[in-house]
Amino acid sequence: MDIIQIKDLNKRFPMGKGAFTALNRVNLQFGRGEFAGLIGPSGSGKTTLLNIIGSLDIPSDGEVRVLGHSVGSLSQKEAARLRREHLGFIFQSYNLLQVHTVYENVEFPLLLLRTTPATRRRMVLDALDWVGLTGREHSKPPQLSGGECQRVAIARAMVKRPSLVLADEPTANLDAANSHNILRTMETLNRELQTTFLFATHDDKVINYLHRKVFLLDGRVDKEETTQSN
Amino acid sequence: MWIAIKLAYRNLVGAGLRTWLTVLVLSFSFVVIIWMKGVMVGWDHQAKTDMTHYEIGGGQYWHEAYDPYDPMSLYDSHKPIPPEVKDDMERGDLEPALIIQGNIFPQGRMMPALLQGIRPDQTLFRLPSQSLDTLTDAIPAFIGAMMAGSSRLKVGDRVTIRWRDAHGTFDAAEILIAAIFHSNVPTAEASKVYLPLDRLWDMSQLHGQATLLTFRDSQADRPEIPGWILKPKGELTQQVDELIKTKSVGQTVLYAVLLLLAMLAIFDTQVLSIFRRQKEIGTYIALGYTRKEVVGLFTVEGSMHAVLAALVGAAYGLPFLAWQARVGWTMPIDASQFGMAIAQTLYPVYSAGLVVTTVLIVTLTTALVSYLPSRRIAKMNPTEALRGKLQ
Repeated sequence: MDIIQIKDLNKRFPMGKGAFTALNRVNLQFGRGEFAGLIGPSGSGKTTLLNIIGSLDIPSDGEVRVLGHSVGSLSQKEAARLRREHLGFIFQSYNLLQVHTVYENVEFPLLLLRTTPATRRRMVLDALDWVGLTGREHSKPPQLSGGECQRVAIARAMVKRPSLVLADEPTANLDAANSHNILRTMETLNRELQTTFLFATHDDKVINYLHRKVFLLDGRVDKEETTQSN
Repeated sequence: MWIAIKLAYRNLVGAGLRTWLTVLVLSFSFVVIIWMKGVMVGWDHQAKTDMTHYEIGGGQYWHEAYDPYDPMSLYDSHKPIPPEVKDDMERGDLEPALIIQGNIFPQGRMMPALLQGIRPDQTLFRLPSQSLDTLTDAIPAFIGAMMAGSSRLKVGDRVTIRWRDAHGTFDAAEILIAAIFHSNVPTAEASKVYLPLDRLWDMSQLHGQATLLTFRDSQADRPEIPGWILKPKGELTQQVDELIKTKSVGQTVLYAVLLLLAMLAIFDTQVLSIFRRQKEIGTYIALGYTRKEVVGLFTVEGSMHAVLAALVGAAYGLPFLAWQARVGWTMPIDASQFGMAIAQTLYPVYSAGLVVTTVLIVTLTTALVSYLPSRRIAKMNPTEALRGKLQ
């Protein structure tokens, strides 16, 4: 079953008197449990596509359906609800709340879901266990290494066990060892929890882990490759 | 809402020094506003209490011709004490006073004076009237500290007074200053010489007559008496109310400046937060907040400064305010020259209403000042906010 359906998607941004076309007639589907990536150089439209799938932006034309919801016709409130309940985000620069502890950062999505304190605690500790950060609950992001920060971000994205995790250049600020660590963690979570992971990347280290690769060029789907899962 | 409160608290405490500096400025506003308002309430309380004890009791009947601002009216403002008040008078719940114009001659100088007759056994005023109950070859008298200051008279001094009786004949006698009192009520002290009422009746040939009738109980119903004008306590203290109201307007300007300083700190913090925390705003939206909810979060965060300021203010303000209520605030200049019922040392009085109103006003103002810059978030593009791009 497809959890993302993209049909004739166009995205244009105003630029001077004209418009810049970031995405041009994109058609794609992603199923549950995929470990896929949008690959392409800077300006190819991968982050724009990821933002639209994440209901942070809307299409100019065409339709994007995520978990049955048409992103273009969602109100702000409905889009926020979709993100809150079903989507997880991982960013290149982690985007952790700097004054909050590791525990509080991971707890945040559960607060929005109004989970009970006992359940919340259990889920946060589980998520920290998945990413190997047990014992670092009280640290704050400035006290962590880049790899650890990205682990916190993964825990935050995974803690509510979302259907879809969108990761935008998740290893761009990490060294090779940390990148492999992070990717192995995500791959394990994908396998064990059947969470769909969709990356936007041009990092070879990430590309090697992907089971499905969608190459974008100048806003169009250039080619697709599928590999056997490890 | 509680999530916003929880997050706002974490954000504020996590921001460290920046938060506490703003909170300190705001708490200073709380304490100063409450203290200054307390001084005003204390002054109001002191002025009215002193006036009650030394001048107006629970209210007065004025002779219909009496005008305290026109000394010439004193020639005609006296008439026999009406029978309606005789019972109260016998019980000591009403004091008649006869006031005539005269002159006093301290050290050979001539000063105008109001000669006020008072019963030595009265208990209505806190005046040293028992000092008049003495046997001496001169007429016993007492004066207020202001009169003593301007005439340079001391207890035990003898001085000549001159007056005109009911038939227009001038006469003179020697008085003995038996006591000097301090009251903080200029109209009870300035230019007044208090004499035994029966002696003043003899001197003025106005037996059984009075200018003012002062009663003790302000609550009791008072009948209309022909030829006399009823002056309830509220009317007699109206001047104090108006004066304090005028002073309060001046103080309000000071509160406004104080609040403005505090609000400027909050506004500055909010604007800075919104510019510096774009990525965080984007993250909140990505994690499932709507833009309106982020506006709410930042507004709660700003408003929470006021809550923390109330707590911090309570920590150092309560001991300070309690200490001030005990020792009072002594004015650096001589208050007796102000010409109004004001003590040299004012004791602030704080009511629960005063504290609650101040906290509410400051908190609501803070909420408004926090909300105004936060509205900008509602117009932000979340994808650009996520990248930390200034909008």
